[in-house]
Amino acid sequence: MTTPRTRTAGPRPLATLRHSLVLARRSLGKTTRNPGPVVNGVVTPALFMILFLYLFGRPVAGSTAQYAQYLFPGILVMGAGLAGMVSTGTAINLDLRNGVTDRFRSLPISRTAPLLGSVLADVLRYLIAVVILFAIGTLLGFHAEGGAPAALGAAGLAILFGFCLSWLTVLIGVLVRSAEAVTAFSFIAFLPLQLGSSLTGPTDTLPGWLRAWADINPVTHAMDACRALLNGTPEAGSVGRTLLWSAVLFATCCPLAVRAYGRQE
Amino acid sequence: MADKGFEIEGLVRKFGRTTAVDGVSLAAHRGQVLGLLGPNGAGKTTVIRVLATLLRPDAGRVRVAGIDALRDPAGVRRRIAFSGQHTSVDEELTGRSNLVMIGRLLDRGRQDARRRAGELLSRFGLDEAADRPVSTYSGGMRRRLDLAVGLVGRPEVVFLDEPSAGLDPGKRDELWRMVRELAQDGVTVLLTTQYLKEADALADEITVIDHGRLIASGVPADLKRQAGGHTVVLRPADAGDLDAAAAVVARVTGREPSRSHRHGLVAPVAGEAEFFHIAARLRELGIDVGEFAFRLPSLDEVFLRLTGATATGHVAEEAA
Repeated sequence: MTTPRTRTAGPRPLATLRHSLVLARRSLGKTTRNPGPVVNGVVTPALFMILFLYLFGRPVAGSTAQYAQYLFPGILVMGAGLAGMVSTGTAINLDLRNGVTDRFRSLPISRTAPLLGSVLADVLRYLIAVVILFAIGTLLGFHAEGGAPAALGAAGLAILFGFCLSWLTVLIGVLVRSAEAVTAFSFIAFLPLQLGSSLTGPTDTLPGWLRAWADINPVTHAMDACRALLNGTPEAGSVGRTLLWSAVLFATCCPLAVRAYGRQE
Repeated sequence: MADKGFEIEGLVRKFGRTTAVDGVSLAAHRGQVLGLLGPNGAGKTTVIRVLATLLRPDAGRVRVAGIDALRDPAGVRRRIAFSGQHTSVDEELTGRSNLVMIGRLLDRGRQDARRRAGELLSRFGLDEAADRPVSTYSGGMRRRLDLAVGLVGRPEVVFLDEPSAGLDPGKRDELWRMVRELAQDGVTVLLTTQYLKEADALADEITVIDHGRLIASGVPADLKRQAGGHTVVLRPADAGDLDAAAAVVARVTGREPSRSHRHGLVAPVAGEAEFFHIAARLRELGIDVGEFAFRLPSLDEVFLRLTGATATGHVAEEAA
């Protein structure tokens, strides 16, 4: 048997991207059979939106319509992060537990590809979640003062932020022993990240200890940035902080996850 | 190494304080099937994972298909297939999608990947099940698909970690036939097994390891010889010569042969020399033989002798 081609070793960025897309398709194929994660990414934020809107709308903002303008951008960020948050970590963990990861590791592909593939599939899931959430938000009385460009900008920012946040769950998925533990960890991370933020009201209304957390919470900045964009008053500050946090999350979690995944144990 | 087999030398791998593999060397040439035999926890999986570039050794040299696996693991991955103990196919995808996906990851075009998938599905008798999710497959079908997935890239060396684990005997035979076909095509195969029968049926050569150390290696017949325990079986043509023949055996071997109903006389011998000595004496005395055999011990006996008491459990299980 002859060897059809001999390529030099080393990373080939284009090939890695191509392999990642093949693996993203695999992950999306699972979503069509098991749409749970996307449903979760839509239903959970939508439920929070409806609950908070009618619980706090009148006492906090005077009217539900007024409160919808404040609440919805935060819900959007939640939706963008949630659709993949639990599923990616769990899926990667399951692959590691059975033999699939061994198969991938014994193929001549970059060890980044399986992880990147999973996260790229997440991005599409976020996109679906974001579109549906916009529809639900509109039904509940939200409308983007900033118009279509602002809505696109906010959606893009939320998805970018979600992409970077995904790497945190990927890291958890690679490090933790069982899929159940991944779900538990992700859920524990979800509550303070998503709710301990400026989701329901400005952080200066919060008690000191909670405010201290909410002010450094990257999710707060993403929500503030989207809120400002959607309401037609973009702020360079919150957008900048969101981009910075996204970069930090990506730059720390991605290499750590890839290293842990590629480790020959 | 001139050909496309594999070779490891002085392999050491520790996990924390335990040494899983302690100085094992083995080699196979192109088209050879090497059986790595040992009880549970002997270090078989560690050896095969090092060869498949899934594990880095603490010491030793590893060459696969002529490539240094430590310097160029990517080069090795282009030429091998690895099937772990857990089947490494995606349960939620169909058999065909699994094959196409691997083809795409190996940089085949969409059409080409589909064509190759079709070929392999036919070859492994999975045509009918091709478009069903793997989760509906039986254990045997899963193993076949697993093997097929490994062959998408036409590997030169195939590593199979306990390929027949969990298969019933019929399915095992089917898998063995496929492994033999691979070797006929010039593919080098390393398979680990706890089953002597499997190693004996498939492997050109067997390496026995236990507690991370190499205990014996060679072709099955050599192994049997190495472990000793030969016997001579003798039945005179004329039953009246039985006592005279027994006396010959007793004089040469130094002990009284046991008398068995079926074979006549059975006695342990130290080696071939004693056997020929008995033959010569029988001729001198003009005793004709109906049956006269130099018997190697069964592989089960060899394995027990080599690995000691640790192996008892599963040999009994295999024999059952």
